[in-house]
Amino acid sequence: MSFGKKLRDKSKNITDTNLLLTITIVVFFAMYIGAILFQGKGFLKPQTFFNILNANAALIILSCGMSLVMITGGIDISVGGVTALVSMCCAVYLDFHNGNIFVAVLIALAIGLAFGLVQGFLVAYLDIQPFIVTLAGMFFARGMTTIVNTNPFNVANESFVALKDTRIYVPGFGSVNKLGKYVPAYIEIGVIVALLVVIVLFCILRWTKLGRKFYAVGGNSQSALMLGINVKRTKFLSHLICGLLAGVGGFVYFMHVGSGSASHASGMEMNAIASSIIGGTMLTGGVGNIIGTFFGVLSLSTIQNIVSSAGLDQAWWTGITIAAMLCLFLVVQSIVMARKKKALKENS
Amino acid sequence: MQTKEMKKLNLSEFFMKLFRRQIFIPIAALLLLAIFNLITDPSFYKITLGYNSAGDPVLSGYLMTILDYGSELAILAIGMTLVTAASGGQDISVGAGIAIAGSVILRVLCGTNSRPETLQAPVIVAFLISCVVAMLFGAFNGALVAYFKIQPMVATLILFTAGRSIAAWINNNELPIISEPSFGYFGGFIPGIPIPTPFFIAVACMIIMALVLKFTNLGLYTQAVGINESSSRLNGLNPAFIKFLTFVILGLCVAVAGLIKVSRLSSINYSVIAKDIEMDAILAVALGGNALSGGKFNMTASILGAYVIQFLTTTLYKFNVQSDALSAYKAVVVIILVVLSTPVVREYLSSLGKKLKFTRNVKEVG
Repeated sequence: MSFGKKLRDKSKNITDTNLLLTITIVVFFAMYIGAILFQGKGFLKPQTFFNILNANAALIILSCGMSLVMITGGIDISVGGVTALVSMCCAVYLDFHNGNIFVAVLIALAIGLAFGLVQGFLVAYLDIQPFIVTLAGMFFARGMTTIVNTNPFNVANESFVALKDTRIYVPGFGSVNKLGKYVPAYIEIGVIVALLVVIVLFCILRWTKLGRKFYAVGGNSQSALMLGINVKRTKFLSHLICGLLAGVGGFVYFMHVGSGSASHASGMEMNAIASSIIGGTMLTGGVGNIIGTFFGVLSLSTIQNIVSSAGLDQAWWTGITIAAMLCLFLVVQSIVMARKKKALKENS
Repeated sequence: MQTKEMKKLNLSEFFMKLFRRQIFIPIAALLLLAIFNLITDPSFYKITLGYNSAGDPVLSGYLMTILDYGSELAILAIGMTLVTAASGGQDISVGAGIAIAGSVILRVLCGTNSRPETLQAPVIVAFLISCVVAMLFGAFNGALVAYFKIQPMVATLILFTAGRSIAAWINNNELPIISEPSFGYFGGFIPGIPIPTPFFIAVACMIIMALVLKFTNLGLYTQAVGINESSSRLNGLNPAFIKFLTFVILGLCVAVAGLIKVSRLSSINYSVIAKDIEMDAILAVALGGNALSGGKFNMTASILGAYVIQFLTTTLYKFNVQSDALSAYKAVVVIILVVLSTPVVREYLSSLGKKLKFTRNVKEVG
């Protein structure tokens, strides 16, 4: 058997999830190599890569939640607003009331959980379009953020600042700076949380009964119902987990920026949706992979880095590039779907 | 005795009929708000005739504010209703679209200089160009929705993110200011007429839309596509094209609203102009009693809904609510409305009503 035929056979058997995942990973590596080739050696330093992780730990967590909801066939655009609300509430608590960090974490989780509960209930049990519910959730969260506190401020709480500045040095990575001194590469605590979330969620989706239920409901909720799956509860759970992850992501975001502001995380929901889609999660549900989402976030932030290091530093360029990328991947998905339908028709 | 009973029945039937009419929802909301304002502060309804800085007679008061600022919302609601009916989704890029349309108008009027002494082109030319641009962006959204079969809200999310950036890019991120006073007429007052111009523009749009709905099949076709896409295709309609068309019409509405918005300031602020207006427009459609999942629509109810939303906004402003915090209250209103309109809750409510009637009957018998 020739190699070409083998490849063709393999490509026939490839599932949607794997195909989209492959596209994402290829795009990411192509982009990163392109960046190294055209943008100079900055991208070769391990710290550049780790900085991308540091800055986007929160986005990774939010995107994981988003992917989960999208796999179940819904969408959640309130995550950015929840992030802003969480960071504002924690900032007010830590700074004005000189609070305890553990309580702050609990506040963050409670806010996320509350949003997840209400939105999940409305979407799953009252059968309202997820987009409407979470759009209202987003505006509610944004409005509440200004009600809690209007002016942006930095948090000066000592124990929090200590937590914020904690750096975990990665052994084996590092670079020699201009003075000839070896600088080890570091990551922040948020990155560890994000990686944990990715791994746990990946395992849940891959190997547990619950995880397979999410795919089944997203793929075809009618047949899932006939298989005896509690569709409503599964949808509810997906929104609940997404809300909880929005709370976690909000706290990680807060740890990274260390301040409270009503304009924090603006457009974050968009980035989360974009990374999920770039990561190969289908909007129609049933298809998606957390590893893909992880690479989706990396691709997105790499392109942002490229744009800003290419001198196009104006904020509007990032918006346009992300939108263009999102558009491209949406169209690709739509074409994949159309081809799949055609193939199904031909087979039957 | 018999006749009295009949009369009573007729009256209750009349109320039931009124209750079932779609336009009942916005009217009820309007009455509720009106009574609330009447109780808390009757001066809400005071309209005074004053003179603005140019020395022209001008009516002012909260009601005039509602009429003024509700108009652009009403214009958007017209387009949004059509899009909702045909596609079963909403366009969330209208705010960004207004930023783009406004930016185009200023770009054409100002040319390359951002502080022109005189206009570089007639206003009508600038407006027409912005109409074409807005319709192109509408067509972009429409193509994604109709031909690539992407959910409307996700497809329009692209412009929602990129729109304001594109608007800034059109003007090289400058903030042009137009000193020509006649440009301000569209969003302010025409000298000698004390009623705000946006109201007249909105009325013109409504008349055009009414004529279109009356003399073409647009309304029928949109509803048909919204109710059942495949059966409308079997009946010889082209659902994709109809969806596409509604998005283009919404683009036109966006351009008109954009003209009013930039005329009001004679300038533009890319990140603030028409902020959160997509929420208001969706809310207007929902308040008009139209199903957000598509199908039948009632244009009058939507337009009335738009003014009710503005009524709500103005009332909230009067209570010194910050503009950024407004969205929280409106979100609560949306959720309540949507929850009330779900089949589950409706069934529960109607069964509750039946139960009440039943107990009353039992009492009468007893």
